[in-house]
Amino acid sequence: MHWLKAITAEIFGLFVDDGAFSLAIIVWLATCWLVMPWLNLPRAWGGFILFTGLALILVESATRRSRR
Amino acid sequence: MIINWAHAGPSIVAAFLASLVECVEALTVVLAVGTVRGWRGALIGSGAGIITLAVIVLSLGPTLSSIPLHSVQLGVGALLLLFGMRWLRKAILRAAGVLPLHDEKAAYARETASLRRIGGGREGWDIVAIATAFKITMLEGLEVIFIVIAVGAGGVGLLIPASVGALAALVLVMLLGLIVHRPLASIPENALKFVVGVLLTAFGTFWLGEGIGLEWPGQDWSILGLVAGFLITALMTVSWCRTIAGSRAALGSR
Repeated sequence: MHWLKAITAEIFGLFVDDGAFSLAIIVWLATCWLVMPWLNLPRAWGGFILFTGLALILVESATRRSRR
Repeated sequence: MIINWAHAGPSIVAAFLASLVECVEALTVVLAVGTVRGWRGALIGSGAGIITLAVIVLSLGPTLSSIPLHSVQLGVGALLLLFGMRWLRKAILRAAGVLPLHDEKAAYARETASLRRIGGGREGWDIVAIATAFKITMLEGLEVIFIVIAVGAGGVGLLIPASVGALAALVLVMLLGLIVHRPLASIPENALKFVVGVLLTAFGTFWLGEGIGLEWPGQDWSILGLVAGFLITALMTVSWCRTIAGSRAALGSR
C-alpha cells in the first residue's frame, strides 16, 4: 500500500506545491466564473482580465518566495 | 479530418516537451536500477508500468469523449492551470537562482547509492528492482498521461497530436538511453520546464475561458497571444526574483 500512497501524494503534488499559490488561482478562477457574467464589460475584456489576474498571482507568489 | 494548427502545433510541442522532461526523470531511475540490480528487473518493472498506463489510457479515453466539451474545458482548464503555473513558478525560481536546479547526475547517484544499500538482487525475481522501476514509470507516466489528456481534451481532435508528441518524446528518450547508457544530464531541464509551463498555462487559460463562456479575440489564435503574455511575464519575474534574491544575499553577507 506504500506505493499507492506515494502515487496518490504524487498526483496531489502535480497540482499543489505552494498552498497559498494554488488557493489564489482557484479563488481567482471561481471569481471570474461567478462574477464576469454580472459585469457588463465588452466581451473581449473577459479574457484579458482572466490573464491579468493569473499573471499577477504568478508574479506575487514568485517574488514572495524570493524574499523568504 | 482538418487539423487546426493554431491548436495542434502548440499541443504537439507542449506534450512533446513536457513528456521529454518526465521521460528523462524516469530514465534516470530505470538506468540506476538496471546498473545496480540488473536489467531484467528494470525492464520487467518499467514494462509492467507502461502496460498499466496503457490500460488507464484505454479506459479513460472513451469516458472523456462522452462528457460535454464545455465541462471538460472547465475542469481540464482549471487542472491545467494549477499544473502549468506550478511548473512555471518553479522554473522561474530556479532560473532566478532562488531554488537549486534539478540535477540528473545527482539524482542518479542518490538512486544507485540507495539501491546498493538494500543489497541482494541480480538472481531470480528481484522484487526491489521491479518495484522501483514500476513505481517511477507509473509516477512519471501518470504525469505524461495527465498532460496528454489535459492538452488534448480541450478541443476536438487534439488527443492524437498530443499523444503523438508524448510518444515521440518516449521514443527519443528510450533511444538516447540505449545509446548513451547514462542519465541525460545535458538536457536543459529547467529551460524545458519554463517553456512547457508557459504553454500549459496559456492552454489552461484558454480552455478555462472557453469553459466559462468568455469570447477570445481572434478565437483560437489568442492562444499564441496568451503564450506571449505569459512568456513576457515569466521572463520579467525571473529578473525581479534575481534582483530580490541578490539583495537578500548582499544583506545577509554584511
